[in-house]
Parts: sequence; structure tokens; C-alpha cells
Amino acid sequence: VSMPFGYVSPAQAMRDKAEYARQGIARGRSCVTLQYQDGIMLVAPNPSSALHKISEIYDRIAFAAVGRYNEYENLRKAGVTYADITGYQFDRHDVTARGIANWYAQTLGTIFTESLKPFEVEIVVAEVGARPSDDQIYRITFDGSVTDEPSFVAFGGQADQVSAALKERYADGMSLSEAFAAALAALSTAGNGEYTAAQLEVAILERARDHRTFRRIRAARLEELLAESRPAAESSDGDGSGGEDSGAPGSGDAPGSGGATGGASASSEGSASTPAPPADSGPPTGPTPGSSDRGTGLSGGSPL
Amino acid sequence: LGSYFDGSQSGPFTGNRSVSGRWPGAAGGSPAGFLGLQTSSFTDFLAAYSPGLLPGRVSRTGGDAGISPAVRDLPHATTIVAAVCEGGVVLAGDRRATLGNMIAKRDVEKVFRSDDYSGMGYAGTGSLGIEFVRLFQVELEHYEKMEGRSLSLEGKANRLASMVRGNLGAAMQGLVVVPLFVGYDEDSGQGRIFSYDVAGGPYEEQRFYSIGSGSLFARGALKKLYADGMSADDVVLACVQALYDAADDDSATGGPDLTRRIFPVIATITADGFRKLSEAESEQVAEQVVRERMSLPDGPSAPLRNG
Repeated sequence: VSMPFGYVSPAQAMRDKAEYARQGIARGRSCVTLQYQDGIMLVAPNPSSALHKISEIYDRIAFAAVGRYNEYENLRKAGVTYADITGYQFDRHDVTARGIANWYAQTLGTIFTESLKPFEVEIVVAEVGARPSDDQIYRITFDGSVTDEPSFVAFGGQADQVSAALKERYADGMSLSEAFAAALAALSTAGNGEYTAAQLEVAILERARDHRTFRRIRAARLEELLAESRPAAESSDGDGSGGEDSGAPGSGDAPGSGGATGGASASSEGSASTPAPPADSGPPTGPTPGSSDRGTGLSGGSPL
Repeated sequence: LGSYFDGSQSGPFTGNRSVSGRWPGAAGGSPAGFLGLQTSSFTDFLAAYSPGLLPGRVSRTGGDAGISPAVRDLPHATTIVAAVCEGGVVLAGDRRATLGNMIAKRDVEKVFRSDDYSGMGYAGTGSLGIEFVRLFQVELEHYEKMEGRSLSLEGKANRLASMVRGNLGAAMQGLVVVPLFVGYDEDSGQGRIFSYDVAGGPYEEQRFYSIGSGSLFARGALKKLYADGMSADDVVLACVQALYDAADDDSATGGPDLTRRIFPVIATITADGFRKLSEAESEQVAEQVVRERMSLPDGPSAPLRNG
């Protein structure tokens, strides 16, 4: 059987696309989403105050993305449209992060298989529930895989490193400033030094609020949080600094996140497979690790 | 007189969906279709995506045979008053919905928050009004999320005008609904009032305004009670007095119902945003008005001569 000239096997084409998308995503900076006592916090390094990486989707749902701006902005707007039409057709309570995450997964999956160039984006959809145990964080990758992340997630850029650092510092029931300090310390391990308020985009979903819970933390309030986090960040810099130049997490208690060379695929495995710290059990936070949907694409790597 | 609301004209964003969708599979309402149908106006999106969901889409059959009795017998919302106060605006509405000469509902609400700095009330067909309010709320929020900023107050008022105009076809068949829009203008630091007719608008009103069946009486009362620079509390009281006067002379407007504890819905919009007065607060104002009327049934009287 003779192959036509220029034939590329589907497996090869998919691998090439995945590689292309991964490289695009890894070029950017990481973004962090984590639970805290009164809701969910989203932190992203972003020098622009107008072009957002973090946005509101609906009353209790936020969106964070890394990668190509025009592509995730397009997805964000489509997500807002999806949420608004669903809420208008049915009721505001019927708009869920799960529905939106599924929609993103389908859309990104279709784009990945059908179009020549895959989207170079990674998305997180977070929903704040009535109680911490009802909070949901979904991560959707460029090929349409969804993972249900318990408690926290770091994605994009040097996601492995940041995720490992965040895992060390994360605890259930942190206050707003503690959570911010943890997020900041984790983001700083990717080797970009200290962030100023102008370089950060921070938003929260506040559990106790009525109607729209999404709030941006800006200007004075952000400076305040930065000042509060500094002593904490400096004291914890000691243990985190070892990982900065080596590119691997310093301390060895993150079993799932070994090979930093694996790019996005390893990171998704690392953060999804590590169970929430069982020791400090304050309020029950986040879904159990067993409930996480590992998706089809990235964790195994084979369908690509 | 067609509009994209009744399907006789294609909306500005309808067009050929398989062209606007970026992927071949994206046409015709498949989920990916949202990627090709984005606009900052939710109403325009709805007109393209699912026009049946727009309020006031009635079938044209029998439209020429006059207003059908079925349409005439729908519940109607009645009186809304609004007045500018120091640093804001007050909006209040009675609680009655009528069905011809019957009372359809005693505790209907027709004063709503449309976003953080604006609110609206409506008079006319109840069901259509509810849909209008919902659509307008989503419209404002959708724009805000899509564009990352709120519409200007004029922008909101104009947007509502085009939605009212879009309902003209239905209005001519008897499904009339007219809103009253108020908001706090963050640029000037003042409250503003916009009124509409069935063909749209907006007409900006000075100081105070009223719509609905009891509006003539309410406006007359406000004319005598209103003074420039009144505090929000005083304007709330004046509005409730006006609603009482409207209920006094218009059978379709409901007064404070002391036996069932049903009181007017009152909202203030100031620099602090939209705030609906709690049941207890509106009860207190309404009871004060009723108490005073026990001795003065026609309410406070304005001085005949100035000075």
C-alpha cells in the first residue's frame, strides 16, 4: 500500500498539535486559584490593568486563563454568553461551573481535533458554593481535558514548580491574607522575583455576598495585602529558594511532581493526583481526591 | 411596523450563522456557535440565537382582528412614582395588579434593581413587564461583563428605549408595557429619571415623574409636596403620600394594606448604589402616612401663598 505524498498519521498530527500548544502555554506566566476561608482567590501576574486574565463569568463563577490573549478572551466572552443565556432561559441558580467547564471542554476538544491550529490556552473555572465543601475548581486544557481540582490549582507557565510550592503552603481555612501570601510565594518560585501591586491581578469570589460575588482586589487594598504578605513570604523564602534555579521543587514531599521537563502533562498529573493534606483538618474543604475527573487527554498522554 | 423582536425583520446580528461560526460544525445552535455569536448586547444575541425567548413575541395570526379578549384580560400593573432627592433618586410602586375591574394580585412587585446604580418600574401587562425587567437586567450585566465597564446612564436609558420600541408590534396587539427608568449618574453625582412611551423614548424627566393608571393623581400630589434638595427620607415620604393619593382616586392603584401587611416597594439609588427599603422600613413610612390621614384624609396641604 503506497502512502500519498505528504501523508501525516493522525497520531503524529495530534502529537504535533499538542506539542505546539504546550510550548505556547509554557512560555507565559503561571496563574493560581485557591480556596480560602471566605471563598476562592485567583491570582495572576499581569502587568496590564485593562487586559484581564481573571474575569467574572456569573454570580458565583470566575474565569482565569493563561496563554494567548485573543483566544482566551474569545472563550471568556463565549462563556459569559453561555452563562447569561442559561440563566435567562432557566434561573440564575441553574448556571453552574460544571456546565460551563463541560462547555469549554467540548469547545476546546472540537477546536483541537478539527482546526489546524489548536488554542494555546489553559482555563480555570471556579465556583464558590454556600459552604467550602461546595466550592468547585475545574481546569480545562487546550485539548478539552477537564480536571476537577481539589482546593487549589496552579496552571500555565512553570505550572509544576508553582504547583509544588503552592501545595507546601496551602492549608484549609486560610484567611484572605494568608491565602494571598501562599499564592504570591508560589508564583515567585517560578523565578520572576518579587511582584509589585502593578504587576498582579487579584480577584476573589466572596462566599457571603449576595448576587454577584466576584470582586477585584486593586490599588490600596492590594498594596495592603502585599504588605501583610511580605514578612510571611520572606520567612518562607528560605525553603523555597532552593528550587528557583534548579527548576525542580526544593523539598521532596511532592511525590507526583517530579519531572519538571514534562511540561503541562506532568503538571496536570502532579496537582490532580496529590490528595489534600489530611493532617490539618479544620472545616472539610474541597472535593475528595477520588472524585477528580482526570479527563482523557493529558494524564495518560496516549490519545494524543 | 416590524422589528427583529417579532421576526419580521432580521436583527443586526442574525445573518447567516454558518458564516459567522468559525468552524463548520459551529452552525445552528451547537455549543461552539457561541464563539461566533458574541455581542455586548444580550438582546441582540438573543435575537440571533433564540428569538423566541424575547419578550413580546406574539404570533401575527388574528392581529388585524383587533385586540383579543384573552389579551385584554391579562393582569395589569399600575402606578409607579419616582423623584430625585439630594444625591440620588427614589423609586416607589404600589402593589396592586388588576384584571379589568378585578384585583388580580395584591402583593405584586413592580420596582426592581436593574444594576448597581439603576432601577426600573413598569406599568402595563404584568407578564411582559416581568420578562422585560429580567431581559434588561441581563442586558446591563452582560454588557458589563463583556466590555469590562458599565454602560453610561444615558446608554442604559437608550438601550431600554430600543427594547421598548422592539415591543411595539406586541403593544399594538394589546400587550402594552411601559417602564420608568431611574439611576444615579456617577459623573454628575445626581439622580435622573427617564420615561418612555410604547414607541420608545427615552424622555428625561426633571425632579419627579409617575407612570401607570394612577399617575395623574400621584404626579399632582408630588407637584405640591416636592421641593428641590429634599433628603432621601423626605422624598420617600413624599412618594408614599403620592401613592396614597393615587390609590385614593384610582381604583386600580392599591393603597397600604394594613390588615395584610402589604406596603409599597420603595428603593433609593445613591452613590452607595441601589437599595431596596426593607419591609420594616416601608411599613414604618406607610403607617406614618396612614396615621396622619386619619385626621387629614386628603393629606398635607401646600401653602396657598408663598412667603
